[in-house]
Amino acid sequence: MGNEVLKVENISKQYRLGQFGTGTMSHDVNRWWHKIRGKEDPYLKIGDVNDRSISGGSEYVWSLKDINFDVKQGEVLGIIGKNGAGKSTLLKILSQVTTPTTGEVKVKGRIAALLEVGTGFHPDLSGRENIFLNGAILGMSKAEIKLKLDEIIEFSGVAKYIDTPVKRYSSGMMVRLGFAIAAHLEPEILIVDEVLAVGDAEFQKKCMGKMKEVSGEGRTVLFVSHNMPSIRALCSSVMILKNGKLISIGETNEMISDYLSSETKSIKNEEGVIPDNLSLYNTGEAKFTQARILTLNQTPTTELFFKQNFILEFTIDVFKQITDVNISIFIVNAFGENILMAVENEMYKPTSFDKGTHTYSITFSDHLMPGEYSIGLAISYFHTGNSIDHVESFYNFRILKETETKDMEYPWATVHGYTKPHTKWSKK
Amino acid sequence: MKNQKENWDLIIRPHTKWYDLRLSEILNYKDLLFLFVKRDFVSVYKQTILGPAWFFIQPIITAITFTVIFGNLANISTDGLPPVLFYLCGITLWNYLSDTLIKTADTFTANASIFGKVYFPRMIVPLSVVLSNLIKFGVQFLLFIAVWVYYLITQTTVHPNLTLILVPFLILLMGFLGLSFGIIISSMTTKYRDLKFLIAFGIQLMMYATPIVYPLSIVPQKYKWLILANPVTSIIETFKYAFLGVGEFNWLYLLYSLCFTCVLFFLGLVIFHKVEKSFMDTV
Repeated sequence: MGNEVLKVENISKQYRLGQFGTGTMSHDVNRWWHKIRGKEDPYLKIGDVNDRSISGGSEYVWSLKDINFDVKQGEVLGIIGKNGAGKSTLLKILSQVTTPTTGEVKVKGRIAALLEVGTGFHPDLSGRENIFLNGAILGMSKAEIKLKLDEIIEFSGVAKYIDTPVKRYSSGMMVRLGFAIAAHLEPEILIVDEVLAVGDAEFQKKCMGKMKEVSGEGRTVLFVSHNMPSIRALCSSVMILKNGKLISIGETNEMISDYLSSETKSIKNEEGVIPDNLSLYNTGEAKFTQARILTLNQTPTTELFFKQNFILEFTIDVFKQITDVNISIFIVNAFGENILMAVENEMYKPTSFDKGTHTYSITFSDHLMPGEYSIGLAISYFHTGNSIDHVESFYNFRILKETETKDMEYPWATVHGYTKPHTKWSKK
Repeated sequence: MKNQKENWDLIIRPHTKWYDLRLSEILNYKDLLFLFVKRDFVSVYKQTILGPAWFFIQPIITAITFTVIFGNLANISTDGLPPVLFYLCGITLWNYLSDTLIKTADTFTANASIFGKVYFPRMIVPLSVVLSNLIKFGVQFLLFIAVWVYYLITQTTVHPNLTLILVPFLILLMGFLGLSFGIIISSMTTKYRDLKFLIAFGIQLMMYATPIVYPLSIVPQKYKWLILANPVTSIIETFKYAFLGVGEFNWLYLLYSLCFTCVLFFLGLVIFHKVEKSFMDTV
């Protein structure tokens, strides 16, 4: 059992919605009046859960509610959740940018937060001057920065421009320099908020390497990201936040698949009716209304056996005659990437539709590896590429590890790849 | 294990005791303080042709304007002193206070983007303003000294005296007074911005309530207490007395200014500290 270096107890954070103005004053006065009489803040009792989509009655909202967790030394904890789940608020509290409304956080060692790269860069100062300034803002001493200056400049890859004012930098260079400084911080606890999502591929690789190195040195890292592959690559455990509440905390892979399946679990109906808000383009020309997976004997399902053939069925409503269009069907993996694309016309030629409702059923043979998938649908004009309707990820389904006849099972814990080609092996 | 558990380096709580100001933390960030000073100093005059010469131009133009308007047109007495010297003397020290006050008064609103991303003792920012303005004051002070020496040699009306040893103390008082007003205003403007509108003309009013464009000696006895209630008055008067030999120097008045500054500074620290913890939610 390692040492706890961070202990979060009953943290909650309340925010007031809307504008501050004359109306705010009366609440302040009321709050103050309760306080001097030794009573509890009247506005702490109210407040809605944090859910953007539902407009609540209260002006107050709990951005975080009763969060409890511990982090042990050397642990790399990933924090995932939808936008507005409270991730940033939690990081803000941990990095002391704001205080919690209730609760306590206990910290052992120096804590440094990287909520943004290049905070406090002054556009008129040179790269070198800004290294010192930004380093000091992040809590490094001048001597410490001097010691690491060459290393930072080298890591950033902007050595040539180091004496040029940063306002002449490209945004990529600015980010590189910012991250280079932050990467050379040596706090016991490092809090990182999605800063890896910037820069080109080469630099991102470098950042990931650096992050791994940091955690390898036995330092504790809290890492917020929407990018599941980086969470998977870096974190030893993961915490899921939803509407300001801690849903679960545990082993990385388990949490990620829990999270991803809960994300779309809301569409439970095996009818596969596509809700309106999933359509990305409302051109009024056509709209996908339904999509689902069926077994070969026409039963709707969300679970398929390994190597099982299946049918993808979808319906499109066409509101007026459209020509020169193309429908593409995607199989989408758990990270939202399209791993398969199928088109109606295998010669890749445009098609046209009459007004009315069209239902297609597409038979797939055993191409998918075990894992979580969903369906993506797109209709666009063939030659211009303009979208008519697009559903990015809908109807989660799962390929199990065992086969339908139970005669075999995919043997390993890790599944490599998403698709399974039909190959013929011959020995020479 | 039990003992070790209590051994936390930092505890983040919703409420801390009002006297827990965490001042020692500022020492850990002293490098940042000096880097901020350097940044302010270097960046202001980047991409200007005259550069630091602007430090001189500003007080000279003001002194000349005052000479023309208050000296020549309004005929306000300068206690028999050369008007340029008289005005420059007051302006130099006054500018230190007003520059510091104005700049520290928007500490929270102007730095919200940095404060929202990184924690460091927020007090570093207003302190850096006090220091960078001290440098600016130093440069303007040299200008004043040059003018003063010129008149000292060419005229007999200027009578410096031993009170001069109080000058560093007066400068310190001015700096802290500006800082204290500034941090209080900045703390009070995070949620309600109303006060911000007051600053610009508040500073003007305060300047006219301070014997800068007129000597204290021409203030009617009936209203003198009003001018003396202004804590800046005795600082300016002592400063003038030390260099020029005119004006009123009174230990009691000076003590009043000192006490006023101390109380205000302490009050400012407490309010500032209370606000710095949660201002991100209201700014």
